[in-house]
Amino acid sequence: MPDTVDPMNPPEPLGQLQRPVTAMPPLAQMDQTRKPGQGSAVLQKIRSSHPRSSRIPDATFRVLIALTAVSVFVIVVLVVWELIDKSRLSLHQFGISFFWGRDWDPVNGNFGALPFIYGTLVSSFLALLLAVPLSIGVAVYITEMCPVRLRAYISFLVELLAAIPSVIYGLWGIFVLAPLLREYVEPFLARTLGWTGFFTGPMYGLGMLAAGIIMAIMVVPVIASITREVMTAVPQNQREAVLALGATRWEMIRMGVLRNARIGIVGGVILGLGRALGETMAVTMVIGNRPEIAKSLFAPGYTMASVIANEFTEATGDLYLSALVQIGLALFIVTLIVNALARLLVWSITGGTPRASA
Amino acid sequence: MWRRVTNQGATIFAVVTAIVVIVPLLAIFAYLVFKGIGSVNIAFLTQTPKPPGETGGGMANAIVGTGLILLVGSAIGLPLGIGAGIYLAEYGRNRFGDVIRFTADVLNGMPSIVIGIVAYSLVVVPQKHFSAFSGGVALGIMMIPTVARATEEMLLMVPNVIREAAYGLGIPKWRTTLSISLRTASAGVITGCMLAFARVAGETAPLLFTAFGNQFWNLKLNQPTAALSLQVFTYAISPYDDWHKQAWAGALILIMLIVGAVAAVRVTTSRGKLKGVG
Repeated sequence: MPDTVDPMNPPEPLGQLQRPVTAMPPLAQMDQTRKPGQGSAVLQKIRSSHPRSSRIPDATFRVLIALTAVSVFVIVVLVVWELIDKSRLSLHQFGISFFWGRDWDPVNGNFGALPFIYGTLVSSFLALLLAVPLSIGVAVYITEMCPVRLRAYISFLVELLAAIPSVIYGLWGIFVLAPLLREYVEPFLARTLGWTGFFTGPMYGLGMLAAGIIMAIMVVPVIASITREVMTAVPQNQREAVLALGATRWEMIRMGVLRNARIGIVGGVILGLGRALGETMAVTMVIGNRPEIAKSLFAPGYTMASVIANEFTEATGDLYLSALVQIGLALFIVTLIVNALARLLVWSITGGTPRASA
Repeated sequence: MWRRVTNQGATIFAVVTAIVVIVPLLAIFAYLVFKGIGSVNIAFLTQTPKPPGETGGGMANAIVGTGLILLVGSAIGLPLGIGAGIYLAEYGRNRFGDVIRFTADVLNGMPSIVIGIVAYSLVVVPQKHFSAFSGGVALGIMMIPTVARATEEMLLMVPNVIREAAYGLGIPKWRTTLSISLRTASAGVITGCMLAFARVAGETAPLLFTAFGNQFWNLKLNQPTAALSLQVFTYAISPYDDWHKQAWAGALILIMLIVGAVAAVRVTTSRGKLKGVG
């Protein structure tokens, strides 16, 4: 064998060289360890071999930053633990039947949450009934019909609705909406729809109807912004294809856009439901706060969130407090499920992480 | 023919819904300004509340109290939120990062009244009385998820080549993250922080049994403290006409605080952009 190797015909393939020239592994092999967002392994190797090593400050920084991230996790675990721990007394005493007990009698220590669950469900669904057509209408108007110049202004105004604090909605509800309902809307409803049984009885203005309307106004921006997002995600050529078949604009929106976006819209509606269920202040101020189950929407009601808001500081006795915390625990679990469901649906349309707002 | 009528009908429906949605917004702002502006005066801004039945007095203590509680809230919520956001963007592309992202979402969707309960049992019960600090804790917790998600999203938009250029100059990772990535993303991060701030500034439910409210001056963190939103709530459901007027005035000040915060965002972010990236 000659000492010189013919470069065109090496004795063994270069890729299988047993002893590389340097101690470092080939670059290509090192780069396989690279993950997005972590920087290149090559760079990390080079930096760690640098004489002015930064390994200790880097490690410290990483630990500190990881601690802040862990704190988010710890907070949520603490929340769940505290809710379970503080409601233990009531959980033992009433168990699951707490949720269909109709009596709320703090004096005799008898607690049932059904009136509050009923109030929360009825007011939330009433809010959705009003808000869903409105929000879809607004979203359709903004994305498909509105002149381009107006688009930014109108969507800004709708988003602004979300920035108004709940307590201000409540204030407006007490002094503007409730008198309006009492003087005009409720007499009209009683005259025309009184036979259904939903619109009978004394008209206070404050009550389930007022709560539903106020909540609808608050939920519209949530549903509208998600609906707008998923409608924008529908490819433009879907619209063009339907139009090319001779559809009118409405038929194009119905068949080309809404049908494609429907799962995402349902997700937005459920996200709105999650917001409505947990809504506290505005509802507490207008719903009338009486723990009873009435068929009429004029009658006062009570919600899970507002009973906590009203009675928590006045609760005398451990069992009373514990019952209130149990309502909070139930509220938390329900909103958790509702929000998770909504996010899955929205993600399936927009594909990827949507904005964190909700 | 019928199709054209439906089309017209749908268009009219969409226009009407847009009007119906925007009218309450304008109505709320109009009422706030008309009802509130008459009651905002020097006394309102400098005095503490008068006992029920007496006219006059103001909400000065509540304005300061809101500031105090928000200061504590920001001191807790901003560092934790920004830190968690940095972790998620720079180190969190793994299973653990997904867990943190999920818990942040859970926290984001949690009803504010539930956070109030937890702040009560974690801070108020051991401390044995209501305090500005516990209110700040509640609001701080509420700020974390918004700030974290905004920070993460903004950091992910910073191109990787900028980071690699910094590594190439021998700058350690922690320094790169803080002085280069975070600085490049600062406009967006600040916007996220201010949005979180605006969101919690008007919160009432978590303060009901943490800050509790106070009719007198208080600057101590461990004492019950008045807050603008609480005061608006108490006055709105009271039977006194004079208090109703003050509730409108308080609401006006509150909304001006929030709008001011959002406007401040616009100014700082546009200035940040002018300076250029990095």
